[in-house]
Amino acid sequence: MQTAGPQKQYFDALAAGALKIQRCEACSRHVFYPRVQCPHCGADRLAWVQPTGLGTVYSTTVFRRKPADGGDQQIALIDLDEGVRMMSRVENVDPAAVRIGMRVKARVAQQDGAPVLVFDPVEG
Amino acid sequence: MAHPLRGKTAIVGVGHAGFGDASGFTEMEILTQAALAACADAGISLRDIDGLATCSVTSGMWAMNAAESLGIRPKFIDSTMIGGSSFVEHLLPAMLALDAGICNAVLVCYGSTQRSGTVNRAAIASARRLLDAQPYEHPYGPAAPAPSYALAAARHMHQYGTTREQLAEVAVAARKWAQLNPEAQMRDPLTIEDVIGARMVADPLTVRDCCLVTDGAGAFVLTRADRARDLAKPPVHVLGNATAVWHRQISSLPDLTVTAASESGARAFEMAGITAKDADVVELYDAFTINTILFLEDLGFCPKGEGGRFVADGAIAPGGRLPVNTNGGGLSCVHPGMYGIFIMIEAVRQLRGECGERQVNGARIAVVNGNGGVLSSQSTAVLGTADTL
Ligand SMILES: [Zn+2]
Repeated sequence: MQTAGPQKQYFDALAAGALKIQRCEACSRHVFYPRVQCPHCGADRLAWVQPTGLGTVYSTTVFRRKPADGGDQQIALIDLDEGVRMMSRVENVDPAAVRIGMRVKARVAQQDGAPVLVFDPVEG
Repeated sequence: MAHPLRGKTAIVGVGHAGFGDASGFTEMEILTQAALAACADAGISLRDIDGLATCSVTSGMWAMNAAESLGIRPKFIDSTMIGGSSFVEHLLPAMLALDAGICNAVLVCYGSTQRSGTVNRAAIASARRLLDAQPYEHPYGPAAPAPSYALAAARHMHQYGTTREQLAEVAVAARKWAQLNPEAQMRDPLTIEDVIGARMVADPLTVRDCCLVTDGAGAFVLTRADRARDLAKPPVHVLGNATAVWHRQISSLPDLTVTAASESGARAFEMAGITAKDADVVELYDAFTINTILFLEDLGFCPKGEGGRFVADGAIAPGGRLPVNTNGGGLSCVHPGMYGIFIMIEAVRQLRGECGERQVNGARIAVVNGNGGVLSSQSTAVLGTADTL
């Protein structure tokens, strides 16, 4: 018997420095965010896999906050090469220079004492 | 053959209260004022209400608060909360309950003092992080909706060549309608340059692409069509209603340029036996300028991707080819947290011919589309005058 649900398993892996997503053993599609059942086919046989971490920016914005509220905040939707989408941000680049179609790679960072998945631009 | 629910119920009264700044009043107090106004409009008493549909941004048990405060003991209670579209979504369960004889008069109502009250938008966003945690999105952004809509706008621009100016056209058209509506909160002149040059909120959306933050309450009364004929105002019949929910978080919407309005619209139009071209007046939940463009496409007023070009050159402004958001919309009329009740009220008033300077002449069929969450819930309604039955 498993000792934790998919959400805790995901964040435990992230805390250990690894990005893991699920893959459905019935329909072979990848799944994110982590679930108990496959949202594509309904099967409950989801296995953890380690994706390449490579992805493409699907859309991007910069939330313009006052400096007192934390300043400008880059927000992006990233399509991993495995076919799942996640919200994140692209770091190590001017927030306004993030473009749809930009290739990015995942990295586990720390935020408020918790692991958080962010992305960096990659060549090509 | 006509759908068995088509036209079987009618909106017989509408009312609102507390537009703009309701300082000194609670949201229940202005909700009650709106409910009383809707009953008076229908020529009935609050005592005649035996069905209640309502929900709140902050209270999870709001139907009980409302029944208690209004002093009613409803036989039908619906407090479905799917964001701003809820008050359009409330139609279908109420139609079923009325048609089945469970109750005779349903009050749909909402009130918020989000601008003047102690629980303001920032407080609500903060509470939502705790009560409605989204651990895969909240670390990257606020519980506030603007960035999610900005992501949709950016994608639409990328995919279809929609321009910054075309988004601004939506806000300018809303303002021109608002200038014809003495109840609208923002009536100063507004140009495309003003919209684009305003303070950036979330690229590409400026503050003038975003709905207002106001107080306000609204209500309407729904009865069976046979009873509606004997009441004070001409009945506005519900020809169709359908709701679709595809996601909660924007990262779970597969294509950010296609919303569930494409599904809710198709089902509502099928029930009503109409197509988009039959609409005389259109009320869309314009929380942000991109909404109007997305919903015009998804409801079939123009092909997917053409919404930006469709709204250009004042096409949805007064005197344009299609009257859209004739009260001034959430962008310029009123927006107390959840706006869906007000698109219903405006559609009813247009079909009754009560809209003065902004009246769409001869309006017989109105299409309403409510939106909730972050493009998450969509509820489409088709309303018609008695001669559309
Ligand atoms: Zn599957």
